[in-house]
Amino acid sequence: MLEIKNLHVKLEEEDKVILKGVNLTVETGKVHAIMGPNGSGKSTLSYVLSGRDGYQVTAGSATLEGAELLEMEPEDRAAAGLFLAFQYPVEIPGVGNMTFLRTAVNAQRKARGQEELSAGEFLKVVREKAKTLKIDADMLKRPVNVGFSGGEKKRNEILQMAMLEPKMCILDETDSGLDVDAMRLVADGVNALRDPGRSFLVITHYQRLLDHIKPDVVHIMADGRIIQTGGPELALEVEKNGYADILKAHGVTEAV
Amino acid sequence: MSAVAKQAPLAARFEGVEVTGFALSARRSALERLRAMGLPGRRDEYWRWTDPAVLNAENPNEAKAFEAEDEVPLFDAVERLRVVFVDGVFDAAASDDLALEGIEIARLAEAPDLSWASGLYGTLEAAGQSPVARPFAALNTALARDGVLIRVTGRPSKPVNLIYIHKSEASDPILHHCIRLEPGAEMTLLENGPGGARFNTVLEVDVTAGARFHHIRTQGRDHERRAITHIFARIGAEALFKSFTLTVNGVLTRNECVLDIVGDDAVAHVAGAALGDGATGPFHHDDTVFVTHAAERGESRQVFKKVLKHGAVGVFQGKILVKPGAQKTDGYQISQSLLLDDDSQFLAKPELEIYADDVQCSHGSTTGAIDETALFYLRSRGVPLDAAQGLLVLSFLADAIAEIEDTGLQEEIVGRLEAWLGRHR
Repeated sequence: MLEIKNLHVKLEEEDKVILKGVNLTVETGKVHAIMGPNGSGKSTLSYVLSGRDGYQVTAGSATLEGAELLEMEPEDRAAAGLFLAFQYPVEIPGVGNMTFLRTAVNAQRKARGQEELSAGEFLKVVREKAKTLKIDADMLKRPVNVGFSGGEKKRNEILQMAMLEPKMCILDETDSGLDVDAMRLVADGVNALRDPGRSFLVITHYQRLLDHIKPDVVHIMADGRIIQTGGPELALEVEKNGYADILKAHGVTEAV
Repeated sequence: MSAVAKQAPLAARFEGVEVTGFALSARRSALERLRAMGLPGRRDEYWRWTDPAVLNAENPNEAKAFEAEDEVPLFDAVERLRVVFVDGVFDAAASDDLALEGIEIARLAEAPDLSWASGLYGTLEAAGQSPVARPFAALNTALARDGVLIRVTGRPSKPVNLIYIHKSEASDPILHHCIRLEPGAEMTLLENGPGGARFNTVLEVDVTAGARFHHIRTQGRDHERRAITHIFARIGAEALFKSFTLTVNGVLTRNECVLDIVGDDAVAHVAGAALGDGATGPFHHDDTVFVTHAAERGESRQVFKKVLKHGAVGVFQGKILVKPGAQKTDGYQISQSLLLDDDSQFLAKPELEIYADDVQCSHGSTTGAIDETALFYLRSRGVPLDAAQGLLVLSFLADAIAEIEDTGLQEEIVGRLEAWLGRHR
């Protein structure tokens, strides 16, 4: 599904190298988790994959089902099946959540050569999916993320994911700022979307999210590289002992 | 600049002019006012950012008449009473029957014998000439040929829609409307349509105690238009005045709004959304607002938003004056521009002048570009760049549009905005 090879990335406007040769393959239908200390480059990786400005790729490649992602516009990456659940979902005053969702869904359908959904069809689907995420009608009507609590914002991200039905989902610290109940709700939403044809890359600081979204593979990222890969037990080890031992074993000095 | 210098072109232009028509004495004194103040020049402080030359000129610049296929008319979906003016002249055949429960509509050009109207005509305009002169309004009062005189006694079942049609390429209409809302009455006034090559309108509104006036206006289907408009409103106790203007296109538009809050607990809101794309012709838009609080516990809001690109220019001059004794006044003013490129310009002069000690007044003015984070968020959901920018423009304008109370009319305005955005990507 997703194949990242030797990815090197620096900030566009300063000489700061953030990713220093990331290699990662996410197979179709699998859930991979990336853990790592602050400043290791996890969020940058998610932004670079989804096409945010401000980064410069100096070497390497990233492909989604064989198509080169890094040369596409963000909207084309989305149409190709990539989705990023933001760590900090953006508030857009004056644009109704429903309008936003419908615009996005229909833009992607159009890009894929599918017919746009009518207002009625769309409403039916969105209500059904919102219900399982405990998103009420009021939240659908309100402007995008404006006045939403932390939990509501993250649930709204998962609703977008459910509506857009991407092939490759990246969750950037979706657990940050959530209490236990909210995290479970979000995790249930994600688990409902698990599918043999869909892959996930779950970026997190903590093991606790991985109790709810069980990964197939866990990677440890530090200093702009993946330094260790293992099974779910790797996450448990981090939870128990912290990152220090792993970083030391790979010769990485404590990240900022 | 000396009064003599300002007077010079005026003297020639109005030499021997004899006013005729409705409210003759008001017209004569307006002409006297105009002669005394002169027409504005570029060096007038109040006209520093908008060149009045084309408005001053004896004849208008010709403007291509609007072509119907450019855009569908607005408010077609709204149940309303249509009052149509063609090049500034009332067209009875194109208008609806003017009879409507709760409202009396008369035509200015027929000089009806209406004492309420002859008492109002030019009165609010004259009061609005101080402390700042508004010569084009005085000119309008003196020379207006047509308009409507509306007295609202109840709550009419539908809005009155003034529709302007521009047929002659050199048309120079001067329209003057007077509206009086009797205590407790309520009406919605809609205005739209291309007015003329050069368009001068004055709207005087007397909102008496407990009455409610809603005004939604659009300017835009006449791309080569030069327009100068004035609204003068007097707002009585517990009365409400709300006006919203959408402006798209137009070579030059100056909308002046002078609001006097004279009764306690009154509410006066004025809002504007303007979109200018210099790529399709020059665009200069000026909102000049003066709100006076002369009573207690008044609430005023000014919300003005401008979206500018390709060399478009936006101007905002807004003032809140709180007179002695106007305690517990709540005055608010915001003017913001969204510049979609580096070529466009926004000039703002917010002013507060307060002579009461227990008031709350705030003003703000900002100029900014599209929020890149929000743009990326939308694009990451598959929304193409131009559509994403369109959504963020609507987001930017939302506070101004929210000043329209009726959601159906809001949708009409948003639909018009979306159509414009679709054509100006």
